[in-house]
Amino acid sequence: MTFFLGCAGTETGTMKRVRLLLAAAMAFCCATGFAARAQEEGPAFVPKIPDRQSWSFAGPFGVYDTAQLQRGYKIYREVCANCHSMEDMHFRNLADPGGPEFTEGQVKALAAEFKVTDGPDDNGKMFKRPGRPADPFPRPFPNEQTAKLANGGAVPPDMSVLAKARSYEPYDWFPADIGYALWSMLTQYQTQGPDYISALLQGFKKPPPGFKIEPGQNYNEVFAAGNGIIAMPPPLQDGVVQYPKGPDGKPVVPETVEQYSKDVAAFLMWVAEPKLDYRKQLGLEVMIYLLAAAGLMYFVKKKVWAKVHA
Amino acid sequence: MSGQSTYVPKNALAKWFEARLPIGGLMHSSFIAYPTPRNLNYMWTFGGILSFMLGAQILTGIVLAMHYTPESSLAFNSVEHIMRDVNGGWLLRYLHLNGASLFFAAAYIHTARGLYYGSYKSPREVLWLLGIIILLLMMATAFMGYVLPWGQMSFWGATVITNLFSAIPIVGDTIVTYLWGGYAVGNPTLNRFYSLHYLLPFVIAGVVALHVWALHVAGQNNPTGIDVKSSKDTVPFTPYATVKDALGLVVFLLVYCWFVFYEPNILGDADNYIQANPLKTPPHIVPEWYFLPFYAILRSMPDIFFIPAKLAGVMAMFGAILMLALVPWLDTSRVRSARFRPLYRPFFWVLILVCIGLGYIGAKEVTPGRIVVGQILTAYYYVHFLVILPLLGLIETPNDMPNSISESVLGGNATAVPAGAHAAPERKG
Repeated sequence: MTFFLGCAGTETGTMKRVRLLLAAAMAFCCATGFAARAQEEGPAFVPKIPDRQSWSFAGPFGVYDTAQLQRGYKIYREVCANCHSMEDMHFRNLADPGGPEFTEGQVKALAAEFKVTDGPDDNGKMFKRPGRPADPFPRPFPNEQTAKLANGGAVPPDMSVLAKARSYEPYDWFPADIGYALWSMLTQYQTQGPDYISALLQGFKKPPPGFKIEPGQNYNEVFAAGNGIIAMPPPLQDGVVQYPKGPDGKPVVPETVEQYSKDVAAFLMWVAEPKLDYRKQLGLEVMIYLLAAAGLMYFVKKKVWAKVHA
Repeated sequence: MSGQSTYVPKNALAKWFEARLPIGGLMHSSFIAYPTPRNLNYMWTFGGILSFMLGAQILTGIVLAMHYTPESSLAFNSVEHIMRDVNGGWLLRYLHLNGASLFFAAAYIHTARGLYYGSYKSPREVLWLLGIIILLLMMATAFMGYVLPWGQMSFWGATVITNLFSAIPIVGDTIVTYLWGGYAVGNPTLNRFYSLHYLLPFVIAGVVALHVWALHVAGQNNPTGIDVKSSKDTVPFTPYATVKDALGLVVFLLVYCWFVFYEPNILGDADNYIQANPLKTPPHIVPEWYFLPFYAILRSMPDIFFIPAKLAGVMAMFGAILMLALVPWLDTSRVRSARFRPLYRPFFWVLILVCIGLGYIGAKEVTPGRIVVGQILTAYYYVHFLVILPLLGLIETPNDMPNSISESVLGGNATAVPAGAHAAPERKG
């Protein structure tokens, strides 16, 4: 079992020291790099590297937090879905095991909140009807051109696999980059996507002095792809989505941008990788089986070869 | 070496069949009675592992093909359909996706083992060349397979690599047009790549059969590089090699399943989860890890006199594999195994480090500093094969070698072969 324990997500003392060392070295390199660049072309945009967060679904035994996915769905429904499609998801998936696990009745009600285009009917006309569990999530815009028109020329990306399509590389210097890649592989660090999404949603800050922003554009300290300029306005504000209340009438988790960001990032990870819980559970069974097989084969091999080595 | 078949059919039906097609005898002499050197280490289990991986890739691939749609506007979503709505589809796809990486890892270890122990030397040159052909076919198959999910990296990787062929003088543009099926990478490209991706693995299987045949004619090399001299040097394939291969395979599967079940996307690029967009170039186009050293060589080449950098890069990249193909004739030493070659041994490890270094350079964005490092490493790669390898055989004094395989395993007193009787002819310099 040490095979797994050695790779669990807990941070040991050595790990911390290694990371501190890497951070210090990076700070030095950045500082010297900055100085050189500042002289050439004024302040350049250096994206903030998202912080590594702890997720319930990280590590070899990680599973999704059902309550968090339900909260995340609420944010998608009330905020994201206005602009972002989620084509590969169906309403029925909301009831799947290892997901938000809404009941079938809840899923029917949630699907009916959306209007879906169906048809053509007997008169040859397309018509709108309430969504059903078997429907895919409808697109907010009929086509790319409409989406562009409504969003200042940018197309809001589909969210089906968004959490797997986003990543970042914290180090660009030898040998920290290699060390980081190997360390991620060894510790199963797989959550760059949700880390990034959560950081991006919290990354709408006041632009630094001298940073030019056109009307309809927004500054985001994490958005490397646009050099800090993003078309999406800050989608979340404190209190904008109502969370389930506890017995005392207060929300169970805080209704803050930070909490919203984490919840919706977790939800999007589930959307991108809906079979994660089952994958890791099956993986454990496969690993135990293979370890046992390896042990048996080892002794069989020893026994068979004993005659030859004698 | 494959020996006389000692197969005796056990029942009347088997006897009847054997008289008409002696396939039982072939199987028996190839995989049961076949004498294998008794000193093979675990590096020799990769042949079996590779056969397994080829079978696994073909099986998972056939089922994936039942659900995949090779049409440029549907391909990306059909892969997600496999991941979500096909029973066990996510497992098949992750097995196939990571299977390609593990297949290459095993192939590179298998090749490096051949280089270290001199498995390419007489009488195994044809065996080695067949292996290089398999490697080339694997590269073509993997490259085309990576295009099928039609993500950003699929599309732009295909654009960059197919464009390379336009560097070939006179016929280049025509070749590229045929690769594309049009004037840019698009739906026809996806269709023909899908067709070829399905075809090539069976071609590989055919060449693997030749590879195994050639192996069974020449016999296996072994860690000492000394020829098998008597039946004392060998053990029957079954159970000895079978059980060792099985153990090696299970350990290999542990690594494979580690990736499949715990980090199925870590070897890939996040950008390939974005659907292909011909109007938007990703900031950083990189191939899969197993192509990185070749990609680095490709990007390292400058203009050389009248040869433009692009053509030079393509030549250097394919030349890198040609070097491997020529190794049996570039290596002048008569001693096979690096175990007895004190000078070759360090140079072998330097070459491995250089290949890893090239892989690193291939993974990173181009900077002036990295170009220089890439050029130095590329130059060293060629120097290793064209200068160091031929020279070493002439200046190196090999270490003392045991008289036979059994002597190396059991110590001097266990062999009936008189000391020194066989060592001398293999020494040189």
